[in-house]
Amino acid sequence: MSEKNINRRDFLKLAGTAAAVTAVSASGCGDAVKTGSIANTTTSVSQNIPTDKMTYRTNPKTGEKVSILGYGFMRLPTVTNVSARESNDDIDQETVNRLTDYALEHGLNLFDTSPAYCKGFSEHAMGIALSRHPRDKYYISTKLSTFSPQQWTYETSVGMYKNSLKELQTDHIDYLHLHGIGMTAFVDGKQLDGVESLHKRYIDNGVLDFLLKEREAGRIRNLGFSYHGDVKAFDYLVDHHDQYHWDFAMIQMNYVDWRYAKQINPGNTNAEYLYNRLTEKGIPVFVMEPILGGRLAKLPTHLQETLRTRRPESSVASWSFRWIATHPNILTILSGMTYMEHLQDNLSTLCPLDPCTDEEDAILQRVADEFVKFPLVPCTACQYCMPCPYGVDIPTTFTHYNKCVNEGYISVSTQDANFVEARRRFLIGYDRVVEPKRQAAHCIGCGVCQPHCPQNIRIPDKLRDINDYMEKLKQETL
Amino acid sequence: MLKKLRTIIGTIFLVCITAMFLDFTGTLHCWLSWMTDLQFLPAVLGLNLAAILIVLALTLLFGRVYCSMICPAGTYQDAVSHVAAKVKKNRFAFLPENKILRFAVLAVFAILLLVGLNGIALLIAPYSAYGRIVQNLLQPIYIGVNNLLAKAAEHYDSYAFYEKEVWIKSLPVFIVAIVTLITFTVLAWRGGRTWCNNICPIGTVLGYLSKLSLFKIRIDASKCINCRLCEKNCKASCIDIDHHTVDYTRCVSCMDCIGKCKKDAISYTTSKSSQSTSSDSPNASLRAMLTTTAALAATSALHAQDKTTDGGLAVIEDKKIPEREIPVKPAGSLSVSSFSNKCTGCQLCVAACPNGVLRPSTKLSTFMQPEMGFEHGYCRPECTKCGEVCPAGAINPITREEKTAIRAGHAVWVKDNCLPQTDGVSCGNCAQHCPSGAITMVPLPDNPKVKIPSIDTERCLGCGACEHLCPVRPFSAIYVEGNLVHGNM
Repeated sequence: MSEKNINRRDFLKLAGTAAAVTAVSASGCGDAVKTGSIANTTTSVSQNIPTDKMTYRTNPKTGEKVSILGYGFMRLPTVTNVSARESNDDIDQETVNRLTDYALEHGLNLFDTSPAYCKGFSEHAMGIALSRHPRDKYYISTKLSTFSPQQWTYETSVGMYKNSLKELQTDHIDYLHLHGIGMTAFVDGKQLDGVESLHKRYIDNGVLDFLLKEREAGRIRNLGFSYHGDVKAFDYLVDHHDQYHWDFAMIQMNYVDWRYAKQINPGNTNAEYLYNRLTEKGIPVFVMEPILGGRLAKLPTHLQETLRTRRPESSVASWSFRWIATHPNILTILSGMTYMEHLQDNLSTLCPLDPCTDEEDAILQRVADEFVKFPLVPCTACQYCMPCPYGVDIPTTFTHYNKCVNEGYISVSTQDANFVEARRRFLIGYDRVVEPKRQAAHCIGCGVCQPHCPQNIRIPDKLRDINDYMEKLKQETL
Repeated sequence: MLKKLRTIIGTIFLVCITAMFLDFTGTLHCWLSWMTDLQFLPAVLGLNLAAILIVLALTLLFGRVYCSMICPAGTYQDAVSHVAAKVKKNRFAFLPENKILRFAVLAVFAILLLVGLNGIALLIAPYSAYGRIVQNLLQPIYIGVNNLLAKAAEHYDSYAFYEKEVWIKSLPVFIVAIVTLITFTVLAWRGGRTWCNNICPIGTVLGYLSKLSLFKIRIDASKCINCRLCEKNCKASCIDIDHHTVDYTRCVSCMDCIGKCKKDAISYTTSKSSQSTSSDSPNASLRAMLTTTAALAATSALHAQDKTTDGGLAVIEDKKIPEREIPVKPAGSLSVSSFSNKCTGCQLCVAACPNGVLRPSTKLSTFMQPEMGFEHGYCRPECTKCGEVCPAGAINPITREEKTAIRAGHAVWVKDNCLPQTDGVSCGNCAQHCPSGAITMVPLPDNPKVKIPSIDTERCLGCGACEHLCPVRPFSAIYVEGNLVHGNM
């Protein structure tokens, strides 16, 4: 395997991790407008956000007050107005500065980044934006993102950490994560599971010992880890809490991942388990993916209606933030906010927090039950599965499917009220974006794509499911 | 008044039948299929007694009104002649009937049909010829416009229009359509109903029948001043003013002459006193027609154009048509022979097939009659369009349920092409997508790790899903052979 390939694979993982940290959807502002029409009022949520009502949580170790909303610097705006994740363009530093200032003004005080984010430019941008403010007004969270086996040496890892300090223009990190605990790797022809990778990345090479010493020296104020993937690695670190004394841990959590993590992504673990284990051990929780990469902001129409009927003036996304924040052991919820509307919507949700009632919790559990019936394919359209040797256009197929799910055009039965429209939209829309000879029916299940998917999507199975669904649409036998 | 009525009815038939050939969504035929059902040759070949009786009754009552109103080729030629008349007034004169030619063509036509060489005979069948013209020449333009609208709709996130692939389904038939169109147009421009009164076998049959018709064009010699205005404007060249007679075998009851006569000497009535004349004179257009069509039939086949693929995706080679011993005919056609006896090659089913399966045959004996091919799609289980539209009864209407039991063909495995054999990749896409579950993946006897498709021909319907979805290109590792007689499960 060429070096290039290894790098590519590593980059995939990075992209996968990146996908895990989340953003509020662009619908934030639009929600407010639509809400207005339902509620028969036209109050704009974003205009009246108080600057002194942010909800804070206390770090049990340091006693510091951390804002419940943290700013994720993974989807920074670029000069072409697209999130840096989807574009190769330069980061729009001016806008980043403006967003940072606005966040600080409204009491947000935790900023999260990684050496891997935004093609490696995220820390630099954060350094510029934050160094314009007094260092004691905010907390910096970054990670040791050694994804590639080539970076698993002591020197490279420590070098990455030191470079973070430099890019962030600071002499200490408030929260440092071991990044992507639970990810598996393929080294020297051998598949490593989450625990083996963990050992190779941080333990065997002495990097973790170095970090522990840095914590003693005060250059790392809090040491923790962010987890996704193999749950054995999570359990290993939690089991060794007495040895390492984790100050925090980051997990993927929202009302769907609470009990349906496997339905969202078979490689994931229910947040209920993760949260409860961390709480038992007294480890404060960072949350990523509060709205599943935007999917919980764009629920199928009938689910949106359920939530809007209950709180006509709240965005759909706000429900997830409120639900998460209602859990007492949450230290902060990271959200990758590309646009001001994202930031404003989230601030208005959490300044201050109006906790979820038991009844609302029950509603959200029902929404989650329904949501997993229309499972989206967790495809980020990174294109690494391509080209399929048999010409199938995999990412576009998934994108089209997800679009139909999000817009409420997936039918359960021919008796559905919108069956005819949904059928037209799915079939005509699919022909528009993917020419027939590249559609799902042409997947022979060879599995060449499978190892390339950073989301571990079982691509052939998914394509088969989508084709079966199409067959039912065409034959009207749903 | 009568002329107006004729024009209106003729136009309605022409427009509606044209629309049916353009419509690829299969919605119009529900309302309009009676119009194609009335077409005489399909009705005769399909033994549609009701339609035959209606046409015969119409002819016995009113003369060749079929040719003036119901036949789309006739109305098309009238339209051309009408335009020509604006350019050159009073351009016709009486011509004696070319009886030998008419009966010779009719005889050859009948013999060809009897011996089963329908493909050649159908070249001169008027309705089918018109259908071919519209399907081959006009439908691509129609779909092109539709595709532009679809693009616009896509832009506005509307799903009112959807795109449809345009491809030449058979080059020889495409060329036949062009030549037929030119022939129709030139003959009509120069001589009005030259085609209908010299070549068209339907015209000959109905012409001689209309001699007995109740209503006829009649000239009152006592009123006639021999101004010849009627004769000069008779597109059938059948009015002989010297003798004050009309050749009823050629008169298509267009009623043009009634209006032209300043003296009210011409009427369309039931009263007696009429006779017909006929004389012989060779006709150049005939020779032209025969030579062109013969040349066409000999033209070699060409495959559909290749489409280039986009950059980010693996290149997909276009599928090629495998050599089939027996052509696959659509479910509902009972058998290959029954189909070729009844089909008039009008291309209505080809125009209606939403899956790009039906296309005209290029074989001499079945020339222009549709057959199935699976490079663009396969015969989907829920589709029964071809049977719904066929006016000739060549493809009988069947229900979706009936279709699941009709064995129109059977799949044949080509060992040397099969992917697990050649590339060592596990596949099974044919088995995966077989609508009737006729394919099972079984281990290869001498290498159990390799799984290959095994076909239960008793369950196979010949739909072509396996052939279409087989990843091997250009020739699939599994293809469909037609069944001579369509079995029932």
